[in-house]
Amino acid sequence: MSNGIERATEKDTRPHVGLFVTCLVDLFRPTVGFAAVKLIEESGCRVSVPEAQTCCGQPAYNSGDRKDTRAIAEQTIAAFEPYDYVVAPSGSCGGMLKSHYPKLFAGDKAWSERATAFSAKVFELMSFLVDVRGMTHVDTAFAGSVTYHDSCSGLRELGVRNQPRQLLKTVEGLKLVELKDADVCCGFGGTFCVKYPDISNAIVERKTTAITESGADTLLAGDLGCLMNMAGKLQREGKTVKTRHVAEVLAGMADEPAIGESKR
Amino acid sequence: MVAITSPNFKANAKVALHDPNLQQALTHVRANFITRRAAAAAAMPEFEALRDSSRDIKNHTLANLDLYLEAYEEKVTESGGVVHYAETGEQARDIILAICRKAGARTATKGKTMIGEEIELNEHLEAGGVEPIETDLGEYIIQLRHEPPSHIIAPAVHLTQKQVEDDFRRAHTHLDPTRDLSDARELLAEARGILRQRFLEADVGITGANFLIAETGTSIIVTNEGNGDLTQILPKVHIVLASIEKVVPTLEDVSQILRVLARSATGQDMSTYTTFSTGPRRKDDPDGPEEYHVVLLDNGRSEMLGSQFQDMLRCIRCAACLNHCPVYQEVGGHAYGWVYPGPMGAVLTPKLIGIDKAGNLPNASTFCGRCEAVCPMRIPLPGMMRHWREREYERHLQPATYRWGLGLWAFFAKRPALYQRATGIAMRVLGNLGHRKGRFRALPLAGGWTQYRDLPAPAGQTFQEMWRDRQRASAGAKL
Repeated sequence: MSNGIERATEKDTRPHVGLFVTCLVDLFRPTVGFAAVKLIEESGCRVSVPEAQTCCGQPAYNSGDRKDTRAIAEQTIAAFEPYDYVVAPSGSCGGMLKSHYPKLFAGDKAWSERATAFSAKVFELMSFLVDVRGMTHVDTAFAGSVTYHDSCSGLRELGVRNQPRQLLKTVEGLKLVELKDADVCCGFGGTFCVKYPDISNAIVERKTTAITESGADTLLAGDLGCLMNMAGKLQREGKTVKTRHVAEVLAGMADEPAIGESKR
Repeated sequence: MVAITSPNFKANAKVALHDPNLQQALTHVRANFITRRAAAAAAMPEFEALRDSSRDIKNHTLANLDLYLEAYEEKVTESGGVVHYAETGEQARDIILAICRKAGARTATKGKTMIGEEIELNEHLEAGGVEPIETDLGEYIIQLRHEPPSHIIAPAVHLTQKQVEDDFRRAHTHLDPTRDLSDARELLAEARGILRQRFLEADVGITGANFLIAETGTSIIVTNEGNGDLTQILPKVHIVLASIEKVVPTLEDVSQILRVLARSATGQDMSTYTTFSTGPRRKDDPDGPEEYHVVLLDNGRSEMLGSQFQDMLRCIRCAACLNHCPVYQEVGGHAYGWVYPGPMGAVLTPKLIGIDKAGNLPNASTFCGRCEAVCPMRIPLPGMMRHWREREYERHLQPATYRWGLGLWAFFAKRPALYQRATGIAMRVLGNLGHRKGRFRALPLAGGWTQYRDLPAPAGQTFQEMWRDRQRASAGAKL
């Protein structure tokens, strides 16, 4: 397997990507991280994973805690400054890094400039592969029908919509079925789903109904938070639809158990 | 008096989620409003450009609000009308009641006004011996039910047709009890018949205003029923009740904003009636009131100028944010517990009744961003809800357990090495526990999640750990 350290010593001229793993991928589903690494490498880049990363800071930011958010943002910006690009397999975390970090430093010229420079090189994974690297197809196969949910931040903050669909259509054997109201929130919303469980449940119920009605046997999306919410609900309802991050399918790593499934 | 139940948002929402009539009524919001707006926006190539220019017009107006208000007042006075400034809701109510009393009014017809709801005008008029009669069909229905509106342009959207039929049978006892009311048109005809007499009797007509034009001293109402026109033309006295941010500089400006208003609200190119009123009846006019009053309400709005919430003053009350909000769609407007529901209410209500009472509103959002995506005035609604959460955080208004949990998480999140050691251990434990099934049906401290859904179990090893292992193995293989 290729890796950053080895190539770096050989005067590697490929663009150097720092992978922002995201806390959920790091803790719950490392497969998504490895799928992202594989895809980024296939797009002609080398990948490193800075150790000084934890979470993008959204739990603090969306709870009104600006001070901790800013501390986490400073730590993240500093950790990723050596890289040409920062790529996250999540529209939500990518949106936080790209759209919201610069807002945290208004009135602080030095940090404002660093945050703006950082923001310019941040990309959500699908957008990076297609828009930045010009990837037009993937060389892999997946037998089955899939449907795709557009996670809110990726769609509305970063314009991620066609990129994953474009790549999915080149997967051999894969049939893409459009999901009704694919652009409507799944009800996850970070801490929202535990602060307002009744409402979150009503929203995700509507989503799982649409997923079932699509007839697809696999649900894909680009954000692990949304995926865990929808997978958890589908499983609670006893549905057999499998749930995966879109990168797993594109990287040909869908042989791992689906989200919430065991190895056996 | 409209009781404020915003602090009980969660309980309100739970009731709403289990109310079959409400859930049936809300399907209308989910289906019609959204598809119609999308079709109207798609059919107009310059729609996005008009949103930009509408935003710019309002921003310019707000930056010069004092000048435009003075210019507006001057024009109203020139046309024979009177402008009254009210700093508070109480002052506005007193001014209106005084005008009614001076006119010897026993009844006052009302066109739909959300500001009237905001200042509890009906209750005050009743207490002052003036009977208010709502003439907008939706407002008329909820007045019969003694309910506040649940939507800013469709006040009775929370009701099914059957509920309205039952209300009419209960209220209109002088009519034949065996009459057929199974069709919406029959309900409309019945309300029209009853209101006609009230229009003719009314001494004062009170309307809101969608816009005030500084250039001409004109107030504009946008309606689909025409009742607003009868409210302002037939009585001797017309009172316009509007908040200060409703002013726009010119006729040209307002005609631009009108093009995005109806499309965003109902998906119409134009509302059925867009009515301009300038001053009282002139000598040669065929109709119109003898007196024309404008009550300009501040009620905290001037404090929003120059604050983090100034952009909210661009709002033109189209309700697109309510219609597209996944939370509003599930719980309807009453759950929000005061006058303004949905995303616009989540920003405005804390300003008007206090964040200590309205704290749930800006929190009950998934930040899905659909409200901002459809707002014709491009108001950054989620961003401003977040600002309210910041005020809450600063004032320690969130539950202590939540703050404590957040603080603990932040402590680790700011210390990557410690974070990775701690999460590595935690995930190993959780991974082992959930290994067999791949998910949890219940887990201590995760009840909010597992009450309704399974929790996928973590892999057991973090990505960071696995990455480091692979890097080491790969480096070792190299040597």
